[in-house]
Amino acid sequence: MSPFEDYVERIEGACGEGTNLVVTLKPGKKDQAMAKILRKAQLTKSFSGIVYQLCFKEVSFRLYSSGRLIFRDVGSKEEIRNVLTILLL
Amino acid sequence: MQRAVHTLSQEATELYQTAREEVTRFVNARDMAEIVFVRGTTEAINLVAYSWGLRNLGKGDEVLVSLMEHHSNILPWEILSKINGYSLRYAKVNDLGVLDVEDLANKLSEKTKIVCLSHVSNVTGVINDIKRITRLVHEQGALILVDGAQSVPHIPVDLQDLDVDFLAFSGHKMLGPTGIGVLYAKKELLESMAPFQGGGEMVREVKLDHPSRKLCIAWNEIPWKFEAGTPNICGAIGLAEAIRYISEIGMTEIAKHELSLTEYATKLMEDRKVQTYGPRDLSLRCGIIPFNVEGLSSHDVALFFDNYGIMIRSGVHCAHPLHQTLNLQASARASFYVYNTKEEIDRFVDVLKEIERF
Repeated sequence: MSPFEDYVERIEGACGEGTNLVVTLKPGKKDQAMAKILRKAQLTKSFSGIVYQLCFKEVSFRLYSSGRLIFRDVGSKEEIRNVLTILLL
Repeated sequence: MQRAVHTLSQEATELYQTAREEVTRFVNARDMAEIVFVRGTTEAINLVAYSWGLRNLGKGDEVLVSLMEHHSNILPWEILSKINGYSLRYAKVNDLGVLDVEDLANKLSEKTKIVCLSHVSNVTGVINDIKRITRLVHEQGALILVDGAQSVPHIPVDLQDLDVDFLAFSGHKMLGPTGIGVLYAKKELLESMAPFQGGGEMVREVKLDHPSRKLCIAWNEIPWKFEAGTPNICGAIGLAEAIRYISEIGMTEIAKHELSLTEYATKLMEDRKVQTYGPRDLSLRCGIIPFNVEGLSSHDVALFFDNYGIMIRSGVHCAHPLHQTLNLQASARASFYVYNTKEEIDRFVDVLKEIERF
């Protein structure tokens, strides 16, 4: 199983905000996944451990402590998959 | 249920029919035969589209809906129009999300066969004057279907006063279980309509005629003609219990409570860096406040609230045309019900302040 499949529950288009994609981490593995992402991505802003504004390979996104990530204006799910596969390795 | 003779079946039948009586009283329908149990508002509207629309709409006819509709009151009519070849027309809403009744009246003609309209918008909470619109529609000789998903749980709805032809609503929006809803239809309409789905319960007799080898079918009486298969007995009983609960509080009280919460929240939100939508006159609205926070997507806002245990909806709320009309990509939506308190709104606004700091 790839790191992506290991940690990611699903990727879906954000309702009404077609250029945004929402990633849901697997609930049982979200803490591990979040730690990996926070270790590798560049933190640009954070708020009270609730939300982190991050950047990795010129892709910026927000990570929420509930285990959700929002990618704004990304090209495709494939692009997110590639980014997360490296981050979750 | 109904078919078996044993005790458990009879008890289930009695509870199910008592639930139907409860719904009949709650919406002040004339007869419990006018109450059909369905899965929810969506199924109720589809039932009307396919049982009534399929046989009564054709080329040259028009169906009039509004731009404030939930997709479930647009798409069944759009899908059917591709089969039957009628036209779908859209009544306008203004930039506050209020229905342009004059535009609706202008679009009514002898071609209009049915008007499909929400009682309360699920995005803005705007309440449509259904009684007035129903009069206009009936004067033109058309029927009216009302999507009551957001009105029946929140404001008093008296069917004999409104005189609408069809009303659809869902149990899960009024403290009942999911998977149960109601279609109200005037008795004479239901009697004239063909069944929606075929199966057990909805038929009285299916007899093989020996010489012709054809089936002779006699549909069951209404409302059972429209309840094919084993119904959601538990759902109906749960819905009836929810109705007893909210009836005890009183629908006028619930509406008053929600208005007071909406007034309170709106006032507190005025001081925040958020954009709210909908008419300023809150008496025109139910307890729904759509809003956006500058620089954040609606989903960011919802996820932020989620962290504090506050659940709000984000996106287009299955009302894409209304968002386009209001020039919005999406919106976050705070909504209130009987169980919410002013303290919870204080908490909501505190979190809003936190979000602004991000």
